[in-house]
Amino acid sequence: MTEKRMICLSCPVGCQLTVTVENGEVLRVDGNACPRGDVYGRQEAIEPMRTLPTSVRVTAGTRDLVSVKTDRPIPLDLIPAAMDLIREISVEAPVRIHDVVLDDLLGTGAKLVATRDVPAACG
Amino acid sequence: MMDKKIDCLVLGGGAGGLAAAAEAARHGANVVLLDREPAPGGVLDQCIHHGFGVHRYREELTGPEFAHRLVTELERSGAEFLGKRFASLVDVKRRRVSTLGPSGYIHFQPSRVILATGARERPFGALGVPGFRPSGILTAGVAQRMVNVDGLLPGRRTIILGSGDIGLIMARRLHLEGVEVVAVLEQRAIAGGLTRNVVQCLDDFEIPLLLQHTVSCVHGTSRLEGVTVGEVDRQGVLIPGTEQYMAADTLVLSVGLIPDNELVSGLVPTDKATGGLRVNSQMKTEIDWLYAAGNNVIIYDLADWVARAGETAGQFAAQAALGESPPPDSVPLETGANIVHMVPTALADTNAACLLLRVSEPIANGSLQIEGLKPRPVARARPSEMIEVELSEEEISELCKRERILVEIVSHD
Repeated sequence: MTEKRMICLSCPVGCQLTVTVENGEVLRVDGNACPRGDVYGRQEAIEPMRTLPTSVRVTAGTRDLVSVKTDRPIPLDLIPAAMDLIREISVEAPVRIHDVVLDDLLGTGAKLVATRDVPAACG
Repeated sequence: MMDKKIDCLVLGGGAGGLAAAAEAARHGANVVLLDREPAPGGVLDQCIHHGFGVHRYREELTGPEFAHRLVTELERSGAEFLGKRFASLVDVKRRRVSTLGPSGYIHFQPSRVILATGARERPFGALGVPGFRPSGILTAGVAQRMVNVDGLLPGRRTIILGSGDIGLIMARRLHLEGVEVVAVLEQRAIAGGLTRNVVQCLDDFEIPLLLQHTVSCVHGTSRLEGVTVGEVDRQGVLIPGTEQYMAADTLVLSVGLIPDNELVSGLVPTDKATGGLRVNSQMKTEIDWLYAAGNNVIIYDLADWVARAGETAGQFAAQAALGESPPPDSVPLETGANIVHMVPTALADTNAACLLLRVSEPIANGSLQIEGLKPRPVARARPSEMIEVELSEEEISELCKRERILVEIVSHD
């Protein structure tokens, strides 16, 4: 039985969690102020997941970049590969907030969605 | 040109100004919001990371998404937005604000003004670090704008000085974009930013955080070539013999934000502890027709709290402009033991109020004592994370019978 100590990332409160793990299974989570902390602790002890915010190149827009994020957390280990992929793509303006820029990122089921509008450049 | 008469003029279109303008308009005031940028949103535009909106919308949003919601609320409220326009003069005697934009000067005679001018980053020049002044030294906010808005990388190998939230966020951002982040240096014994940012920005990517370290010298004449890094003691004094050279072409600074009140410098009283404008719990400054909201009052941890302060300012400025409620009396709030600073600095006799304060040192277990009220427990308080204290109507009316109210934290550690 091992105890893993971690800071909950579910919200800015940052509860100090203690997760008890035995044979790759979570027995209990302590220190969380809300149910989200329990869910977080169980996942984090087995496979850390993160939402990835970054940006994607835009062609023919009023700006050169559109900010994007994954619509759900993806495995932390996949972030370098995700960045390599995202660096190579571009989208054409106009882009609307919540538009899907890339579907099923690296087979995770997560969509890469725009987090802002980028109108098309005039002329 | 005739002066334009309006109920409320809001200066600055970031989180505070957007929320203030929308709330004032919802209360029936005729509102104009100005910003120097063409579109509203302020610094949220370049804060593409998530962590916004958890309190306000019960969802985790990125900065641009948070701004999008506030702008949608502004549009629905009926407040008017004027972009590419800034205030050049506030004439306190004549209650007049001069503004300049592409169509020339517009002079406003607003019944009430809400100052939402935000903050500026403490620059390299303020640190007094010896060495040349080569290119490659920039503040975290400038680096953030380069990377997230302009699509430019500031360098290839960087050191980050200061562990404020923007510094931590930029460590991750630069790392993800392929810049080598050698280390984040923090002069104090604890990180300056939120703990969650230390975990998800540094620990996740194995970026070293060197506590009690600082830059003692910069090297390079045209472009930065490296820095001398040394350990400091608890007083922040460099310990001789600990210096080491670290090669880097970029030094990113995250060494604090300074409330920006240049527009009303010398006209409106500021607070020594926060460096921002002194306001009561209605967000009214000590000048009767001037209100304030956001980082020009105190450096907040979260944009959610800035927006809430904006709404408070918007509500009371609108009510005062429309003559709905006479301004209530205020009782001074004073801070005692273990508190660095607090907002507001006076409590107005209204039905709700919220105090936000910061501890000077970590306190594992203590109690918040507001003179005249029952003590409230305080657990795991850290200087980087503000403490929020809601006051009920009964508590406020009790407190407002006093001449002054002392607030302090007693440590039971």
